Amino acid sequence: MKAVCWMGKRNIQVEDVPDPKILNSHDAIVKITSTAICGSDLHLVNGFVPTMERGDILGHEFMGEVVEVGRSVRNLKVGDRVVVPFPISCGACLACTAGMFSLCENSNPNAWIAEKLLGHSPAGIFGYSHMLGGFAGGQAEYVRVPFADVGPLKVPEGLTDEQVLFLTDILPTGYMGAEMCDIEPGDVVAVWGAGPVGQFAIASAKLLGAERIIAIDRFQYRLDMARERAGAADIINYEEVNVQDALLELTGGRGPDRCIDAVGMEAHGHGVTYAYDRVKQALMLESDRPLALREAILACRRGGTVSVIGVYGGFVDKFPMGAILNKSLTLRAGQCHVHRYMRPLLERIQQGEIDPTFVITHRLPLDQAPKGYDMFLNKEDSCEKVVLKVA
Amino acid sequence: MTTATEPIRRYGGEAGERRMGSYQEYGRYSRRYTDRATRTGGTDVERRSRGLGWFSIGLGLAQIGAPRTLARLIGIRDDDETRNTMFAIGLREITSGIGILSQPRSAGWVWTRVGGDLMDLALLGKAMRSEENERGRLAAATAAVAGVTVLDFMTGQQLSKHGNGAGTRYEGGRAAGSGQRSERGIHVTQAITINRPRNEVYGFWQNFENLPRFMAHLESVQVLDGNRSRWKAKAPAGATVEWEAETIEDRPNELIAWRSLPDATVPNSGSVRFKDAPGNRGTEVLVELTYEPPGGKVGALIAKLFGEEPEQQVKGDLRRFKQVMETGEIVHSDASIHRGLHPAQPPEDLSDVELLGSRGGSEGATRS
Repeated sequence: MKAVCWMGKRNIQVEDVPDPKILNSHDAIVKITSTAICGSDLHLVNGFVPTMERGDILGHEFMGEVVEVGRSVRNLKVGDRVVVPFPISCGACLACTAGMFSLCENSNPNAWIAEKLLGHSPAGIFGYSHMLGGFAGGQAEYVRVPFADVGPLKVPEGLTDEQVLFLTDILPTGYMGAEMCDIEPGDVVAVWGAGPVGQFAIASAKLLGAERIIAIDRFQYRLDMARERAGAADIINYEEVNVQDALLELTGGRGPDRCIDAVGMEAHGHGVTYAYDRVKQALMLESDRPLALREAILACRRGGTVSVIGVYGGFVDKFPMGAILNKSLTLRAGQCHVHRYMRPLLERIQQGEIDPTFVITHRLPLDQAPKGYDMFLNKEDSCEKVVLKVA
Repeated sequence: MTTATEPIRRYGGEAGERRMGSYQEYGRYSRRYTDRATRTGGTDVERRSRGLGWFSIGLGLAQIGAPRTLARLIGIRDDDETRNTMFAIGLREITSGIGILSQPRSAGWVWTRVGGDLMDLALLGKAMRSEENERGRLAAATAAVAGVTVLDFMTGQQLSKHGNGAGTRYEGGRAAGSGQRSERGIHVTQAITINRPRNEVYGFWQNFENLPRFMAHLESVQVLDGNRSRWKAKAPAGATVEWEAETIEDRPNELIAWRSLPDATVPNSGSVRFKDAPGNRGTEVLVELTYEPPGGKVGALIAKLFGEEPEQQVKGDLRRFKQVMETGEIVHSDASIHRGLHPAQPPEDLSDVELLGSRGGSEGATRS
């Protein structure tokens, strides 16, 4: 089959690889119909996530049709149309039974690598490094889905691929970012990063009752989308204005009540701190550049909440712990527990409360994936979200 | 604590008092965690290494806090440039010091000291050429740094040679999550929580023939009669090691302890303890294993079998045990079914890979 492979830093190619096979009795094989490139895939492309191997199949946002099931699978049958959550979860461990699906204790066969870096291992993830399991991803014609009874959600009739594809990751991730804010009436929510996850965080904050939402980015087209499509009331282009000043001005000096970091480890910025982080990251003295996170912590209102959904992998430098303590901030973070949000968000889509298709700017056939990666990485042609069509 | 009054089934009789795995030793699993694994002085090299760490920090603080005094002491003109250099060197010293003291593998940090020493010698050499500095004091300082360089170099070399592993800093290797090699053998203690009732978890382990399903290095275990069993383990290069073991204690739903019979090539013993995790969190499983590899060729093979980190291997076994208990099988990924590194791509042919039971993961396995 054809599959999108990581062939090295900044080197993505479509390769011919063997078809997936059932390896565990709970597996299903899914024939992919649509898959997407995630902003977090760019961290892999740029070489910031350790333990990638040349030839790794990428992709953790995908959906399609079940073509084979292992002998223990009960909830799925051949022919079912499914969307598949990006974390792989067994459904039986303590974390899964508590609804913390991205913390599954059994789904990472390479947990020992993650433990060295993180203390404990999170769930395995499709196409996202060997540290997170070494699972082949879904930017391919077929994919093997472990624990098929637990993750995949059957898609009801009458919904297009594009309407439900983002249930795999970015819609629930944005939603969880807003949910972790425990939004109260009157709350002003500031969202760093107007990429697809940021857009959905904005839309979700609105659904959850935020008074006003402020989007922060450096690309005008993304900020325009945040205001026109996602529901942000104000936008801040950090290449034009000072973010702290603008936020204080917009909030009567209080600062935003809730701050969402939808940027992660490769934040941009300017001035001395940006140069400092670039140098430290290049010298491997820190793995992540936390510019957006620092800014969110400093901007946040006294007693407010900072919710982190942007991906961080290792260590950050100059972390403003003093601000967290002295301003009594609540810091929340997590890889999305996708499984628990899929069904409720599907209902919201069916009821027309949210239409996730607004982020899609480009549709390409699978074999043009490398082009899609380039466009997304370089923000060419106002690229916001690339969907790859298979079959 | 275990007491004789508890209704326990005890096997082994007098033999139990004789060998390294004497019955009393199994009492350790019920020790208090407060008195476990005290960090000790370690070897001379490690003590010296830690001394160097503290020396680094002290010197660094002095350079940052009292640059003028220090400059005068070593005979360098006290100006802005000197103070800036002192500050930078001070930071470097503190970094090295903290690194040496806090990192389990301090060898690398000691080598940063050697690098720093060479830099200092170069700076001192440069200072010597200037008329404004006191050459006598500089010469003394240079000699001192040269001496420290030799010490750093020796320490770095010795630490590197000894592997400087994390486990070696614990006496007895008895802390959960640790492993250790000493003259008495390899001791490993590991714990895991399994989201299943205690009787079920105990029941699975109690049948030793189940162990190869999740213990990667075991090929088979055959239960011979009441308390004896025959174990067969895979050794490197296709070889196998076999021995007979006896169960020396079996308390239903609480504890199982076993040890090899006296003629085993690799005397070994083990125990596993089962305890309810608080708040319905399943069952806590605590495993302690001891191996005494003999010297010579076989010993070397066994050592290789356990790789650099025996605790990693046992940890992997327990993780697979948990997978089997909670999900019914060992979880595979497209990469994990291969020994060694392999891209995350489906296998060409399933017969090319070692799937299953216990053979899937290569965690902690020695890669040659």
